[in-house]
Amino acid sequence: MINKVVQNVEDALEGVQSGMTFMLGGFGLCGIPENSISQLVSLGVTNLTCISNNAGVDDFGLGLLLQKRQIKKMISSYVGENDEFERQMLSGELEVDLIPQGTLAERCRATGAGIPAFYTPAGYGTEVAKGKETREFNGKMYVLEHAFQPDFAFVKAWKGDTAGNLIFKGTARNFNPMMAMAGKITVAEVEELLPAGELDPNQIHTPGIFVQRIFEGNNYKKRIEQRTVTPKL
Amino acid sequence: MSLSKQEIAQRIAQELQDRWYVNLGIGIPTLVANYIPKGIDVEFQSENGLLGMGPFPKEGEEDADMINAGKQTVTVLDGGSIFDSATSFAMIRGQHVQLTVLGAMEVAENGDIANWKIPGKMVKGMGGAMDLVASAENIIVAMMHTNKRGASKLLKACSLPLTGVGCVKKVVTNLAVLEIKNGAFHLLERAPGVSVDDIKNATAGTLVVDGDIPEMVLN
Repeated sequence: MINKVVQNVEDALEGVQSGMTFMLGGFGLCGIPENSISQLVSLGVTNLTCISNNAGVDDFGLGLLLQKRQIKKMISSYVGENDEFERQMLSGELEVDLIPQGTLAERCRATGAGIPAFYTPAGYGTEVAKGKETREFNGKMYVLEHAFQPDFAFVKAWKGDTAGNLIFKGTARNFNPMMAMAGKITVAEVEELLPAGELDPNQIHTPGIFVQRIFEGNNYKKRIEQRTVTPKL
Repeated sequence: MSLSKQEIAQRIAQELQDRWYVNLGIGIPTLVANYIPKGIDVEFQSENGLLGMGPFPKEGEEDADMINAGKQTVTVLDGGSIFDSATSFAMIRGQHVQLTVLGAMEVAENGDIANWKIPGKMVKGMGGAMDLVASAENIIVAMMHTNKRGASKLLKACSLPLTGVGCVKKVVTNLAVLEIKNGAFHLLERAPGVSVDDIKNATAGTLVVDGDIPEMVLN
């Protein structure tokens, strides 16, 4: 067994520097690496390129890094719900690359799977395809999209073990498994860290080979963006 | 009388077919799930990684780890499943999902759709919409026939940045059901009490009216 455990978030983010490119898991505020984001704020690193489906909200998630102007460029598919983001983007302080969500997911997957580029129909004929190679297959047009080159990937899982194996809970899985595959260094924070052998190998979502550092996080807020309920009859 | 948002959803629900997997967008499309016709089985896909999406949870049972693509707390029904985003879009791109229902700011008579950006004003991003419209076999647009200023949303050509090209086949609005083919909107049904002239006046794109146009029947 190759042990991937680091003692705390400080050790987990050892080597993080200004100017780096990061992937951060999560969809909205669901399944985001809360502890790693807090540590990035503490470290004060700047000029960051962040690849993440969303940009958090004003006072939580990646919004915390935006507030401190630590992000130079965001690569996302949907950035609503964040006024500070909108302000920085419209004023030109923040570079933003908006790409279709499925393309974002597949580019993350391709990165970890050793595939430099692939064709997808998403965005053909729109401004997303501008300047990109296009090609016809079986009578339909496709756009060439490339893998990323992230320095670190930060992911969040429900349970993990000392070998770096991960199990996600509910829809908090989202982008985390592909980003875990993609990081040059992948940092996984988990709600519960168990000894190797405690997780059923049949139930592992992300095999430990993709994870370089794992630690048990704390103080998870797990904020809900849209609390919707079925009214009582 | 033009249709309410609930009634637009109710009319779209009549398009659902037995054993279809369906992706519902945010807004009016989400309401479609409330009107599944009796006797058919459908499953709803949410592109953040959920199949077999159920209703909102009961109060006190909300789970931050269980949301839909609109970031609303939801439940999963028996037979449902949860997966990562790449698998989710493999379902969409690989055409395993039979129907996509989504909203739009503009639809053109050639089937182009614009719904993600107003240059200089609103830039929220396309989310999964570009993947959905580029791949779905059946795309139904659910929207109001005109915008807040009273201008038609059914146009000769979209003026806003496109989400997808030549992909929309059917539009259900508060006034009508229309099919898009051969570069025109073909009027199929009128909302109860709405005349063909009302629909003509509210449609900027080419409108084909062939014979008597029936009123919609809402159960």
